[in-house]
Formats: sequence, structure tokens, C-alpha cells
Amino acid sequence: MILTKAQYDEIAQCLVSVPPTRQSLRKLKQRFPSQSQATLLSIFSQEYQKHIKRTHAKHHTLEAIESYYQRYLNGVLKNGAAPVLLELANEVDYAPSLMARIILERFLQEHEETPPSKSVINSMLRDPSQIPDGVLANQVYQCTVNDCCYGPLVDCIKHAIGHEHEVLLRDLLLEKNLSFLDEDQLRAKGYDKTPDFILQVPVAVEGHIIHWIESKASFGDECSHHAYLHDQFWSYWNRCSIELHESDPNIKRISNSGLLVRIGFQQHQNVQAHPLLWR
Amino acid sequence: MAAVLESLLREEVSVAAAVRWIARRTQSSEDSPGEAAVLRSLRPLRKEFVPFLLNFLREQSCRVLPQGPPTPAKAPGASATLPGRPGGPPRGGRGARSQLFPPPEPPSPAAEAPLARRGGRRRGPAPARERGSRGPGGPEEGVGGESLPWAGARRLRGSGSPSSPSLALCDPPNLSNLEEFPPVGSVPPGPAGTKPSRRINPTPVSEERSLSKPKTCFTSPPISCVPSSQPSALDTSPWGLGLPPGCRSLQEEREMLRKERSKQLQQSPTPSCPTPESGSPLPSRTGSLTDEAADPARVSSRQRLELVALVYSSCIAENLVPNLFLELFFVLQLLTARRMVAAKDSDLEPGPGVLESVGSPLFQSIHDCVFFAVRVLERQFPVLSYLDKGTLKLLAENERLLCFSPALQGRLRAAYEGSVAKVSLVMLPSAQAVSFQPETDNRANFSSDRAFHTFKKQRDVFYEVLREWEDHHEEPGWDFEKGLGSRIRAMMGQLSAACSHSHFVRLFQKQLLQMCQSPGGAGGTVLGEAPDVLSMLGADKLGRLRRLQERLVAPQSSGGPCPPPTFPGCQGFFRDFILSASSFQFNQHLMDSLSLKIRELNGLTLPPHEPNDDEGEADVDWQGERRQFAMVLLSLRLLAKFLGFVAFLPYRGPEPPPTRELQDSILALRSQVPPVLDVRTLLWQGLRARRAVLTVPWLVEFLSFADHIVPLLDYYRSIFSLLLHLHRSLVLAQEREGEMCFLNKLLLLAVLGWLFQIPTVPEDLFFSEEDQSDGFQVDAVSSEYGLDSVPVVDQQLLYTCCPYIGELRKLLASWVSGSSGRSGGFVRKITPTTTTGLGAQPPQTSQGLQAQLAQAFFHNQPPSLRRTVEFVAERIGSNCVKHIKATLVADLVRQAEALLQEQLVAQGQEGGEAAQLVESLCSQLCPHGAQALTQGREFCQKKSPGAVRALLPEETPAAVLSSAENIAVGLATEKACTWLSANITALIRREVKAAVSRILRAQGPEPAVRGERRGCSRACEHHAPLPSHLISEIKDVLSLAAGPRDPEEGVPPEHLEQLLGQLGQTLQCRQFLCPPAEQHLAKCSVELASLLVADKIPILGPPAQRRLERGQARRLLHMLLSLWKEDFQAPVPLRLLLSPRNVGLLADTRPREWDLLLFLLRELVEKGLMGRMEIEACLGSLRAAQWPEDFSEELATLFNLFLTEPPLPEPQLRACELVQPNRGTVLAQS
Repeated sequence: MILTKAQYDEIAQCLVSVPPTRQSLRKLKQRFPSQSQATLLSIFSQEYQKHIKRTHAKHHTLEAIESYYQRYLNGVLKNGAAPVLLELANEVDYAPSLMARIILERFLQEHEETPPSKSVINSMLRDPSQIPDGVLANQVYQCTVNDCCYGPLVDCIKHAIGHEHEVLLRDLLLEKNLSFLDEDQLRAKGYDKTPDFILQVPVAVEGHIIHWIESKASFGDECSHHAYLHDQFWSYWNRCSIELHESDPNIKRISNSGLLVRIGFQQHQNVQAHPLLWR
Repeated sequence: MAAVLESLLREEVSVAAAVRWIARRTQSSEDSPGEAAVLRSLRPLRKEFVPFLLNFLREQSCRVLPQGPPTPAKAPGASATLPGRPGGPPRGGRGARSQLFPPPEPPSPAAEAPLARRGGRRRGPAPARERGSRGPGGPEEGVGGESLPWAGARRLRGSGSPSSPSLALCDPPNLSNLEEFPPVGSVPPGPAGTKPSRRINPTPVSEERSLSKPKTCFTSPPISCVPSSQPSALDTSPWGLGLPPGCRSLQEEREMLRKERSKQLQQSPTPSCPTPESGSPLPSRTGSLTDEAADPARVSSRQRLELVALVYSSCIAENLVPNLFLELFFVLQLLTARRMVAAKDSDLEPGPGVLESVGSPLFQSIHDCVFFAVRVLERQFPVLSYLDKGTLKLLAENERLLCFSPALQGRLRAAYEGSVAKVSLVMLPSAQAVSFQPETDNRANFSSDRAFHTFKKQRDVFYEVLREWEDHHEEPGWDFEKGLGSRIRAMMGQLSAACSHSHFVRLFQKQLLQMCQSPGGAGGTVLGEAPDVLSMLGADKLGRLRRLQERLVAPQSSGGPCPPPTFPGCQGFFRDFILSASSFQFNQHLMDSLSLKIRELNGLTLPPHEPNDDEGEADVDWQGERRQFAMVLLSLRLLAKFLGFVAFLPYRGPEPPPTRELQDSILALRSQVPPVLDVRTLLWQGLRARRAVLTVPWLVEFLSFADHIVPLLDYYRSIFSLLLHLHRSLVLAQEREGEMCFLNKLLLLAVLGWLFQIPTVPEDLFFSEEDQSDGFQVDAVSSEYGLDSVPVVDQQLLYTCCPYIGELRKLLASWVSGSSGRSGGFVRKITPTTTTGLGAQPPQTSQGLQAQLAQAFFHNQPPSLRRTVEFVAERIGSNCVKHIKATLVADLVRQAEALLQEQLVAQGQEGGEAAQLVESLCSQLCPHGAQALTQGREFCQKKSPGAVRALLPEETPAAVLSSAENIAVGLATEKACTWLSANITALIRREVKAAVSRILRAQGPEPAVRGERRGCSRACEHHAPLPSHLISEIKDVLSLAAGPRDPEEGVPPEHLEQLLGQLGQTLQCRQFLCPPAEQHLAKCSVELASLLVADKIPILGPPAQRRLERGQARRLLHMLLSLWKEDFQAPVPLRLLLSPRNVGLLADTRPREWDLLLFLLRELVEKGLMGRMEIEACLGSLRAAQWPEDFSEELATLFNLFLTEPPLPEPQLRACELVQPNRGTVLAQS
């Protein structure tokens, strides 16, 4: 299904300063019943990430961290079972998982001699039972499990989606009998930046020559198009020439940049890929 | 000159003798003693004859051509007629000079005002009158500066002075009057750059001329050189052509146009300005002029014209003129002259006799012009017949030509019909990025990660800049430096390490070659934008569409018949990039890299061309070679152009050094600097090896960027001298065996002619060469064959290299409107004209007799055989290496892996130092590498013959075939074994090392991940729910359980069951499962189990039943146990079940129910998922944590209970437990 720009704008409008929780997502679904949960979540996630990018810095000043920590300590002192950290995050309009990380870092700074390494923190966020303080462990767990835009579980879901789309794409290529090199093979050859697939024999899709395919498996809003174009796609173009083929739940767009951005590969079942014929 | 002409006219001297005389050949016995005597007496003038002739013709024609398209402006060598002109003085003495100008011809040198001289390379701007006379449509910018040199004479005669030529006759300019010729002595010899003067004109400076701008480039016509015109002059023009005098507004418009143009020119960073825009005037521009019909019957003095035409043609044929095509252009201008400017009657009165004829105007009417032109063209037919088909067509259809010489027209038509030389000048810049080159762009080729990273970034910045340029450079007002300069410099600033510079330069150079090298190189993508439209048209229409596109896309004009060096299209980007980067390091690396590549490409060898080959076959074969040659040549020219550009960049300036002293000091300094590339040696070698056709064109490109000083340096002077000798030797008419092919010669003549017209090349260079007769005996090493004698050049290449030849066609097209000729025709084959000397012996080599035999064998076979064999050998040899890699080396790696596993097992997963492991493995395995040679030999033996057989024609005789096969086997084996014996050990080492690090890495954190059970069953259709979906669902349950939640939120019990069912499916399918997802699923499932045990999952339903029924909980736990046992391949973090946090969940349930936990623990043990000891340890550590007192007690009880359980519980006991759900609780409470 193709999402129009207007629809997209409407959804994005509803997401302004909404906490990234299960409840928000549920409300969103009620508001836009025709959109799939995956689409909504993807848009939600991207909008929220944009929001966090804008406000990230102000939550990381020393004063802010200190004040959050004190509020947390006061809160759990009153009632350790209450969702102190989660509410704090919602109140200051910050992602719960990220708030949990701030507090955890601060906590560890206080209780350990050496400043905690990033990997230790990550590992504790993944498995809160490693956190020495039981109350904090519960609070952190509550935050990570309730956050639908950040946190180890969300990261894993995104990773899994990416992987699944890659597999689907690979199946599609196999099914269409297109020979390709995947990322691992490319990396083995020494490519520094690798798209998901490079077609060994280019094909034409809707009149466009496709040399390589990168599946983003996420909603392609303008901002992310631009960012991907800059961070990845041009790099591929610089190395592998010509075109790109993006899979995404919704809209379809051909960018003006010589890259073909295609969204939704379910549709591709019908797309005739024209093989290169020896003439 | 005049004396010579007169002698000719008096028939004292035959034309042949005269030409011999001019060409400085030794006197032949054919010359009669009388002739010899006459000529001897004129000896001092010999050198100056040709320049004089050329100037004479230009001057004579100026009345005819004013409105014509740009005349090849430079009347070459006019300077030679001048007294004391720079460079010339020592030789041409004054006395000689005055003899040179016998009465008849003085006006010519007098024609131009000295100031005008400064403006242009002797094509001083025309007086305004002249321009005005061109008529309203007369494209001033196209013509203006061009016809000037001789224009002055006209004015002198026709306009102002009542005196007819006779006046001039008796009143030669006082050449010795220094005041009248100020520049003479003061101008340093070795005129460079903007020639201060080519000709010194004694005539007074006309007012208009003072405005003439300094010339920017000699032929560059019009625009830059046209002085601002004075409309008033228009009125006084005696040759008003019937135009209303003084169309002021038009003049004003032109003036504005000119200003605008000159502004653009100034902005253009090209050192030598002229933008290619002058173009030939379109017919419409001259539309208001009615063409005068030319009638052969009305030619005035046939004999004289015939004679001059003969001399002129002979000079052209002998390459005595600097630029063949310039002369052709001039002749075609005469042919297509529209009208004769009205002249005074006195001018037209033919002299009473032939003798006087030199004095009277040569061209008295259009008829004379056309007659002369046709006579010359007749003699130049061989050259014409090699022009492209379009030009031939226009020539053949020219009615004047038909009228004056039906025979020539017939020959042209035949040539046209036989011609296959369709030339397309469309440039299709294809901006494709240079693809990633794994072998050089690898991390291994960089000194550090940082350098590698920087290079990666640079690559992206470079393409970003390139794309931006592509998008914007055609926008008005966009400025390269402003738009991109700072970014480029920032990027260059990051290239700190020398190695990064070379990497970047490599990229730069590759991109340069890729984008600029070949016009229309990518054949398939002609109209890239609209493939669907194209496909709708038939092939026929497609052809027309292409032609149409060509007309639209091809540059209208390349800037006249002699444009200055420019950087068209994409080349502009690279030039601007170099200029903007202004990085010394970059330039140095670029020069190094360009030089290297030039050397490499210059060594191109093509297999000898067998003229005796069966025609069709050879031609097909030959196409490839020719294409290859064209590619290499174009690449070389491009590279050399940029090399010249960069190398001379620091020295370039608009003006030559102002004083002699300064110039001398610069010369002294510069002569110390070694040339960036030893072009002299390369040229010398090229000439000796008879490869001038490859070497000279790029050398010309290189030299075209030389600065003013360069031609004065000894080193380069000798190069120019060589080139001049070469130019003279390329007589088109001579086609001797082993000589250079016609088109090859034509190419060289064209590029050399062009070079001689470059502003920085001294004007006198061409004519001043003293000793043309001696010397040019390049003893062509009788190499087996040289490229020169191979027909490597075709018209396409000729026109691509010298787009200015296309000006001929444009000139004709502007004359002929409408077209009637039919296209098509027969394929004309350009057949090779040379044979290679069979006797030539291959040089003695170390390969010995076998090699000589092989050479001899190939020699007697068609060249395709040799190519095939070499090709097969090359490919098979290369494949052989790959084969060894895939078989032998892969086997060894497998052995290494097995050995490593053993070692790892033996050392208890320890492994030890990776480097040590690699060492020990390699020492065991590398000796096996010796097998590679035998295996390689076998491979080549097996594969080569088949390939050779498949590629050779079937009728190849058996003996030849088997010899070819054997040679292929031998060559392939040699190639493969050479490589293998040198590299096999390193290869094995590298592969083993990679394998070891792979294994050790896999050994790392998750040894269990290396599952053997990967992948789902064959029957699986992959319809299982996606892992991402499952994780998301489970996460929802977990977050509900963790709260906070709304009162109405909860999970339906059947949903949990469904979820676990789906999890089972997903784990069994595995199609979409990646390790991290599985790990998270495992962890989530453990969390779920803990929640079940603690009864913490909020169940949807009436408030009374918000807890999960016991039996249901057990069933779910069972499902989980089975998933853990059967389906998970990733390790399940079951210990988490007994983490203080998860057990703590039980703490705040009342009443606490321990039975599920106990049940779970027992099942874990029984299913072998956890060991008893492990659980005991966990329980033990649990007790250490801080708990409420009652909870601790209950925990202790549980511990005891678990301990009392028999290590191997009997089945019935478990069964009984299942039916007694509350037992645990009871026990715990007791």
C-alpha cells in the first residue's frame, strides 16, 4: 500500500512529543487503523529518533544527569516498586532506555572505582540481573522493556527485520535466477562499503538498470532517504556504479539522483526483471 | 616571390622545377640549365616564397571573402616577408627583402597597421569599413578578424587612395625607415606568445585599430580579435554591397554581443581564450546576400590562375604549408565565396599581357575564385577522398564544382558512394564512477587504518564534487572555484601521506580516462534518457533520430579551422579541479602518474597486420585492433594534454617575457629543469620504430600547452625541429611500400598543422628551419613492422582527434542548403597497403630455438592464430592459478583447519598464540605447495587444446592446429608455473592465516553457535512467523508484566500458548533467524518462564481470574522446556531462572507458591538442560543475597527439598508430582 505524503504528515503530526511506549503505539493504531503496525512503529521510531537527536544533548549535561539521579533516588526511596525511572523519562520527554542508561552510568560511577566501560553498561542493559542493585535492576528492566523506540530489544527487533528482509530479497533474487554477490562475499573481496547485494549481471526494472540492491527495511521518509543517500548510497555508487533498490513497507519513489528507490518488495513479485541478453 | 612567379609566368621555369626549388631538393637533372640559372639567382628568396605565396593568396582573395566564414586567418609565414621580423632577421637580409618586393606586390606587406599586428597573429583586424561591408547578416564575429591581413591592401587600393596598384608599384614602402617600423629591432627574436608583430606595416595606423584587443589566439577568430567597429566607416565603404549604409542599431547590437562575448572569454580560465563558438555562419546569416553565379566561361586570366593554382597545390602536396587543412579551408572558402566585392574598374582591367598579370589582382571575379579553387581541389582529390562521407557528399553536390569540373565531381561522387567513413562527433560523457578496485583499494595497500579511512572519505568527497559539477556547471553564474574550490582544498588538505596522494591520483586519473577518453565510446546508450521512446521507433527512425541528436548535441563549431587547445566537456572539470586544488603534491603525483601511464600506453603493440589475409576475415579481426589503437591513442592524448597542462602550469602566462634580458635569464633557468617526461627520447624512439602515428598525436597535445619559453629551450627546440622534419616528410602523394598509410599521414599532418598554429609556438618556426634537407634520416630500425604502416587510423579517429577538420564540412554546409544526395552506398574497404618483410629476423632471445620456431610458425599463419594462441595461453594460465587456489590450496586449508581443531582440543580450547599456530601449520603444509607445479602443468595440458580448437576456424589444418595447441599449452604452463613457483608459498600462508583467524574468532565468545543443525528441513516452506514479529510480541507481554499497565490491559491465556507455538515454528524454520535474534528469543523465553513461575503475567479476564490457572502454567512451562531442549540452537541462559531478580519476583506474591519453580528445576535436570550441580550452585548463591526473612526461610526449604530429591528421580515420582500441584507449596510452608 502506498502512503501519501499527506498521510505521512498526519501521522508524523500525531507523534509530536509522545512518549515511546506501548500505550502510545496502541493509541496510534486506533487512530490509523488502516496502517499496519509495522509501518506505524517504523514511522514512530524514526520520528522519535529525530526528536531525540535534537534534544539529546540537553539530557546529558552534568546538571541534568545529577538532577535525574537525585530524582530517581528520591523516588525509589519513597517506593521502590513504583515505575520511578519510566515516569521520570516520560516526564522529561526522553527515551526510557536512554534514561535508564544515564542513571545506570551515574549509579555505577558512584559505586565502582573505575568508570564503567560501554560494554559493561550495554551488557547490564541487556541483562539487568547483572546490575548489583536489585531495585535499579527492576527499574532499568521496566524502562527497556517498555521503550518501543530504543533499547536492546528494539535494536534486536530492528536487526532482525533487516535480516529478514535481506533473506526475503535473497530468495527473490534466487527465485528470479539472478546471480549476485552478498555482503559477506563482497567483504571477503575487500570492498570497504558493501550494499546488500551486487548483481553479477545487471537487470532492468521498469526501464532502470539495477546494479546493486540495498534493503533498508524501514520507512523511507525524506530525512532518512537523504541520510542514507549521503552515508551509504553515494558510497556504493562511487564504488559500484548506478543504481539502488530499496525495500521498505510503503511508498515508492524514484529519486532524482540516479538511484532507483523502490519500496516494498512484495510488489516485486510482479515486477519483470529484464535479464541482460546476449545480443 | 614575385620574381619567381614572373619567371613561371614567362615560362622560364617549369612549375615542377620551381617546386623542387622551393622544397630545397637537390637540383635534379630534369631542370634545364636555364631554369637552374634563374632559380639560382633567386636562391636567397627561396625560404620566403611559401609564406609570401600564402599571404598573397589571402590578400588577393579578401575582396571575395569578406562576408564568408572565418578565413583561416593566419596567412602563415607572412612574417618571413618582413624585414627584420623576429627570428628571421639574420637570414633574410635587407637586400634580399627589397628584392622580394618587386613593384607588383608592395601593398601586401603594407596592408596592416602596426598596431593591428599587436592584436593578432598577423591577422590584424579588419578596418571597420570592411566589416560593415559584410552586410547585415554578415556574421561579424565569425568573420571579423579573419580576412584581415589582406584586407588592408584592399583598402589601400580600393577605398582611400585613388592610386591603383600601379601607385604601389612604383612606391614601395621605405622599409629601412626605422620610424615606420618601430617594432622591428626592438622585438626580441624568438617571438613567443602573442606575437607583437608578424608583419610590419608601413601604412599609417588607422584609428579603429587602436581599439583592437590583444590577440588571444591567432585563428581564434573573430570575437576576441575584432576591434570595436566604427559604424561611420560603413558609410564610406566603397564596397557597400548594396546595403543601406550604416545600420547602426545592428552595429550596436553586435557591439553588445561582442562585449558580452569578451566578458565570457575573460571569465574562462582557459589560458588561450577563444571559446569555440565562432562557427561557420549559417546560410541564413548570409541570407540577404544573393549568391553570384559562377561561370567557367567568364574566368578572366585562366593561364595565370592555372599556374598559381599549380604552384599552390604543389606547395600543399609537398607539405610546404604549415597546415594542410587550413589551406583546404581557404580553398573551400574561395569555392563558396558568395559575392565579389565591387572593385574599381581600373582594378579589373586586365593587363595587356601576361607579364603584367602578377601586378593585377589575381581574383577579379567570383569566377576566378571558383576556377582557382576547383583547380586546387582537383589536385587535392586524394585528400578529399579521405574526408568523411558528409563532407564528400557536400562537395559532390556542390553545383559550382560540377560546373567547373564535372570530372572532379564525378570522382567525388564515386568516392562518396564508396565511402564508409561516417563520422559522428557526438560526445557522450558518461559519468560512471570508477569501480572499487579490490586489489588496490584494499586496506592492505594503506599505511594505516586512518589513511585507508581518509581515502574512503576522499573518494566520496571527490564524487560528491563531481556530481555537483555535473549538476551545476552549465548553470549561468555558477562558478567552479566559488562552488567547489574550498571543498576540494579541504579534501586535498587531508591527503597527508604520500601514499594517500598516489591513491587519490590513481582514482583521479582513472576517472579522467573513463569520462573523457572516448566520444561515443559507450555505443549502446546513445539517448540514455528516453529508452522507451526509442524503442517505439523502428531502427530506421532510430538512425534518423540519432543523426538529429548529433546535430543538436555536437558542438556547433570547434572554434574555427584552428582552435586553441581547450578542455571540452568533462575535461573542464578535471582542469578546474587541478586549478582549484592548487596542491603542489597533487600536481607532482599527478604528473608522475600521467607520465607513467603515458609511457605504458605508448608501448602499445598490435600484432602485425597481414595484408594478404583473406579480406573479410582480416577486416573483422582488424576492427578490434583498430578500436584498441583508437582507445589507446585517445587515452594518450588525454593524458598528455593533462600532463602538458600541469607541467607547464607554473610557467604559463598571457604574455611572453617583456625584455630580452628577462627572457634570457628565464631561458638559462629553465634549461636547467629536466623535462617532466623525456618526450624527446620517446619521440625519437617512436620515429625510429615507425610508430609516429601513435607518439606524435599525444606529443602534440602535450606541446600544445607549452608556455612561451618552451619552444626556445634547446630540448624542446630539437623536438620541434624533429616534428618539422616529420611534417615535411609526410608527403601524401608518396605511397611507397612500407610507407605510412594515408590516413595515418593525414592525422599527423592535421595535428602537426594544428600545433604549428598554437599561439605559443613561434610563428617563424615553420619557415625558418634552415636545413630541411639534411637530417631527417631517422634510420627506421627495420623492425618487423611499425604502427605507421598499419592502417590504424580511420576517419572517425581522425575527426575525433582533429574536430576542426569538421569545419570544412560546416563551411560547405553553410553554402549548400538543402540536400539531395542519397545516402547509402557500398562498403568501402580500406585495405592494408603494406607488407611486412618476411625476411626480418626476430631478435635473438633467450627462449632459444623453440621460441624462434614458434615465431616462424606464427609468421606464416594468419595473425588471428597468434592472437588466439596468446589469448588462450593468457587465460588458461590465469585460470590455472585460480584452479590451484580452489583445489590444492583449499585442500591444504582444510587440512590446516583439521589440524587446528585437533590442536585446540588437545590444548583444551586454549589455542595459544595465533601467529605461532599459523607458523606451525605452515611449516607442515607449505612443502605440499610443490605439487602446485605438477598440477598446474596438468591443468594447462588438459584445458588449453580444447580452447584453442574452439577458437580456431574448423578448416585449420591438423598440423597447424596441434602446433598451436602445443604452443598454447607451453605458454600457459610457463605463465602459470612462473607465477606459482614464485607465489605458492605466500598464497598458502595467507590462506591458512585467514582460516586460522576465522576459526579462532568463531572459537571466541559463543563456541556453541557453530551449530551443525543450521537450516530448516527440506520440506519447510518458510511460513513461520518472522523472528522480529515474535520478539516484538514477547516484548509486549514482558512489558505488560513489568508494568505499569492500565487496569484493562492483560494477555489472553490462549495468546501465550499461541505465542509459544509460533516460537516453536520459527525456531524450526530458521529461514529468517539470525543469531542475535535467536539469542534474544532465548533470553525472552527464560524471562517468560520466570514470569510464569512467579505468576506475574496479567491475564485478561474478569478480575477474579486474573491469574493463570496452575495447569495452564505448567503446560506453558512444558512447552518452554521442550523448546529449550529441542528447538533452540543458541545457548539458552537458563541460569537467569535462578537470578536473584527473577526469583525475587516470587517475593511479593502472596501466598508464595514454589511448586512451579520446583517443578521447573526438576524438569531442567531431567531434560539435561541444567546439571544438578549447576542448579545447586545457583541456589547456593541465591541464599547469599539479601531477602526478607520469611522469604529466605522458604528459599532454604526449597533448597533442601531440591537436594533431597534423588539424583535420578524415578518416573512415577514425577508423575505423582504432576498430579499433586500444591505439594511444593505445602512443603515450603511446612
